[in-house]
Amino acid sequence: MADELAPPPIGILLVDDNDDDIVLLQDSLQDSPLLNLLHVVRDGEEALEYLQQRGAHAQAARPGLVLLDIHMPRKNGFEVLDAMKSDPALRTMPVVMLTSSTCDEDIVRSYGSGACSFVSKPVGLEQLKSVIGRFAAYWSLVAVMPPPTSGRATR
Amino acid sequence: MNAEAGTWMLTLLVVDDNDDDVILLQESLKDHPAAQVLCVARDGDEALAYLRREGEFDGAPRPGLVLLDINMPRKNGFEVLGEMKNDPKLRSIPVVILSTSRSEDDVALAYGSGACTFVSKPVNLDRLRLMAGHLVRYWSTVSLLPGVPQ
Repeated sequence: MADELAPPPIGILLVDDNDDDIVLLQDSLQDSPLLNLLHVVRDGEEALEYLQQRGAHAQAARPGLVLLDIHMPRKNGFEVLDAMKSDPALRTMPVVMLTSSTCDEDIVRSYGSGACSFVSKPVGLEQLKSVIGRFAAYWSLVAVMPPPTSGRATR
Repeated sequence: MNAEAGTWMLTLLVVDDNDDDVILLQESLKDHPAAQVLCVARDGDEALAYLRREGEFDGAPRPGLVLLDINMPRKNGFEVLGEMKNDPKLRSIPVVILSTSRSEDDVALAYGSGACTFVSKPVNLDRLRLMAGHLVRYWSTVSLLPGVPQ
């Protein structure tokens, strides 16, 4: 268990195309130090560009954890997950599915493809805050995060 | 068993060869009715036999989550994790590594091999209780599990 006094900050990449969900998540993080560490991209293709430090994202800092929606334009969450798990530079990075789906088929496929966790998007700000509190406690106090992968992503 | 609203049962397979660690873990889980230990396997072979329902484990219920130690006799945690992830019937079961190791190589290997989380075994009961509380809350109210109705 990590030291409660000084949990290391975790950079989070949020991959989501839904503006309302993004704003709600940012609002719910207002009181949390996590807000400063959140970076948002709007589809799966951009997520991979960011993670693999390509194009406009050549200088992007590698996040410690990815929050990944499933249904998105250009590349969906499963395609992003598969691409990450096939990339030696990204395969140890924890991926948490964050989706409106509660369908068992999506849950089974996510874990089977290497997702670390499957979180159903809470409805309403209060419930979201409660989930975020538990989420932050787990990933900052309980989990030992993988060491950051150095160097550039493989193509 | 009925769980409270917004909570589902977290059924566990605990894989650990250290009796003291198992007793402490079970003690720290007692405060959490959402968590239920289905079986404690004492080595990697027994864990895989349980998951594959072989021999005495015929008809055993599938766990929602596996808590897996690394250093064990016969088959270690990485071997168990590797076999689970190569088995289409077992690969979607989430695995949390719970180990005394803090080695960066072990942590990277665990995530790279498909573990959901690497947890370093707390060294005293107070910290273990705290860890167990966060862990049970996360896996019984935040992160959905395969095959578990919410």
